[in-house]
Amino acid sequence: MADTVKLPEDSFKPMTPEDRGSLDSEKIAAPSLTFRQDAWRRLKNNKGAWVSLIVLAIIFIMAFGSLFVSPHNPNAVHPSYANLPSKIPGIGVNGFNGTLVQAGQRIDAYKQAGIGTGTYYIMGTDYLGRDLFSRVLYGTRISLIIALVATLFDLTIGVTYGMISGWKGGRVDTIMQRIIEIILSIPNLVIIVLLILILKPGMTSIIIAIALTSWVNMARLVRAQTMELKEQEFILAARTLGESSMKISFKHLLPNLSSVIIINTMFTIPNAIFFEATLSYIGIGISSPQASLGTLLNDGQKNFQFLPYQMWWPALVLSIVMLAFNLLGDGLRDAFDPRTKE
Amino acid sequence: MAKYLAKRIFYLVLTLFIVITVTFFLMKLLPGTPLTNQAKLSKSQIALIYQQYGLDKPVWQQYLLYLAGAVRGDFGTSFQFSDQPVSYLISSRIGPSLQIGLQAMIIGVLLGIIIGAFGAMKQNTWIDTSATVVSILGISIPSFVLAVLLQYYLGLKAGWFPIAEWGGFIYTVLPTLALGATPLAESARFVRTEMVDVLSSDYIELAKAKGLSKAGVIYHHALRNSLIPLITIVGPLAVNIMTGSMVVENIFSIPGIGEQFVKSVLTNDYPTIMGLTIVYSFMLCVVLLITDILYGIVDPRIRITGKAN
Repeated sequence: MADTVKLPEDSFKPMTPEDRGSLDSEKIAAPSLTFRQDAWRRLKNNKGAWVSLIVLAIIFIMAFGSLFVSPHNPNAVHPSYANLPSKIPGIGVNGFNGTLVQAGQRIDAYKQAGIGTGTYYIMGTDYLGRDLFSRVLYGTRISLIIALVATLFDLTIGVTYGMISGWKGGRVDTIMQRIIEIILSIPNLVIIVLLILILKPGMTSIIIAIALTSWVNMARLVRAQTMELKEQEFILAARTLGESSMKISFKHLLPNLSSVIIINTMFTIPNAIFFEATLSYIGIGISSPQASLGTLLNDGQKNFQFLPYQMWWPALVLSIVMLAFNLLGDGLRDAFDPRTKE
Repeated sequence: MAKYLAKRIFYLVLTLFIVITVTFFLMKLLPGTPLTNQAKLSKSQIALIYQQYGLDKPVWQQYLLYLAGAVRGDFGTSFQFSDQPVSYLISSRIGPSLQIGLQAMIIGVLLGIIIGAFGAMKQNTWIDTSATVVSILGISIPSFVLAVLLQYYLGLKAGWFPIAEWGGFIYTVLPTLALGATPLAESARFVRTEMVDVLSSDYIELAKAKGLSKAGVIYHHALRNSLIPLITIVGPLAVNIMTGSMVVENIFSIPGIGEQFVKSVLTNDYPTIMGLTIVYSFMLCVVLLITDILYGIVDPRIRITGKAN
């Protein structure tokens, strides 16, 4: 520090009043963002969540769009076209070009079945000659519908239950928590199976069974958050002003609970999809001619040794859907609750 | 502590009582009888069989008898296998399920801790990224898909492991891997988040400043503190393994209770379903109780003075 720095004479000049005016130290440069804008900005910065959102949007559009435009009829049976491998236009790689190894030789299964060159089954066909791609789209749609409806129920039951339990407190809370503890002490799948046995297997009973079991987590989270919120000043103010409990819960509690609810929903949906797939895989879920990702997996697994693509495709789609929901859920959690972010 | 324990055990018994009651009356709502060929039997034959299963008594008597039996571990006679007591069915099949479940839990959680800890230590490097990828894949790929893939590629194609049946340790490898994926993924994710938190805290800075070796800091200060909250996810992981085992045992045809449960559901074997439901919830209750107590012992900040959760 001994040597002094020699600066030229004109490095500094006195500040003029105009300069002083333009330098407002109190001014906030960045525009202030609302909570939602802030969360949205953070979500967009999260690459995984953003890609998942787009992937999910595409899957939703394809699955529900196949109601109107489907490459083939998912239920049309063509016994002569059975078990064709996948053939994607323009791709010559073995496995995607319609060829099959039979008795040690690679043969063109499409030519063998007598199909013209213009017909493509992107994911191949199943044992009844149904187009696997259409069936996967159809199955994805059923799986998504089940998950979404179950989640809707779960939202209403879970949120109401949690809010009542947290808001009332005292004995009501104790009893309601005991009920939750009892439900938690049986594995969910066991309860779902019992309910389905009572309700007769089918899509409706699966939805009901999943809805009746999956709200517990939501209720616990909402309760904890409600208990925290109800001690805060704005709730006290609303109460002092004589607002009814109903109005407080809708106007003040619900908006503040929304991030917890949204985040948890993102984890409920893949869970519901997983349960549905498991049930259908075991054989007490969706029954034919309806198909879900679980039944497709079950069908595909039977021929896995010889026609692995019949299981690979539904497995891939199921895993991608689950992955996307999980990543989106992670992203939303980080976006809504920046404290969890490192 | 003793008071807390007594209270918890009381709740455990109460919970099991409610589980038994609810499942009993649910099962009574279901159609179906133990008879396979009702049309060919005469009235007196049917009455005889009903008497054998205790179905001739009024429902409330059946309930009390069932309750009295359940306390002694007697869950009635299976509909599916004639003259086979449910308790025998369960006790002869619970071994393989427990072995696979425990193995999957221990291996999964241990590997998960290692992966998660490395991810946190080498934060934002390729190690961290691959740890995250492993954990997110483990959570997203259903165990039964993994089971089929393992069975085919490691069992059939590579021939390293038997593809099904039950024998020595080698038979448990594939099912353990299939079931262990979720515990691995969950605990890796959990440990990583915890450890990242712990590593940025002041006492780690202090330990480093005192000149402790890197390994010392990680092992003595960071890892230990990150592991405590891991106890809280053991319960949910146990549920996950029980759920997964129902399908995975089927895929590998392991004579366990998960496989039996699915079989009983498909054949409407109500006494067995009930017995297994009770056994499942008993196991889960015990796991939850143990983890709660452990958590209190390991972490002195948590006071277990009568307050659950």
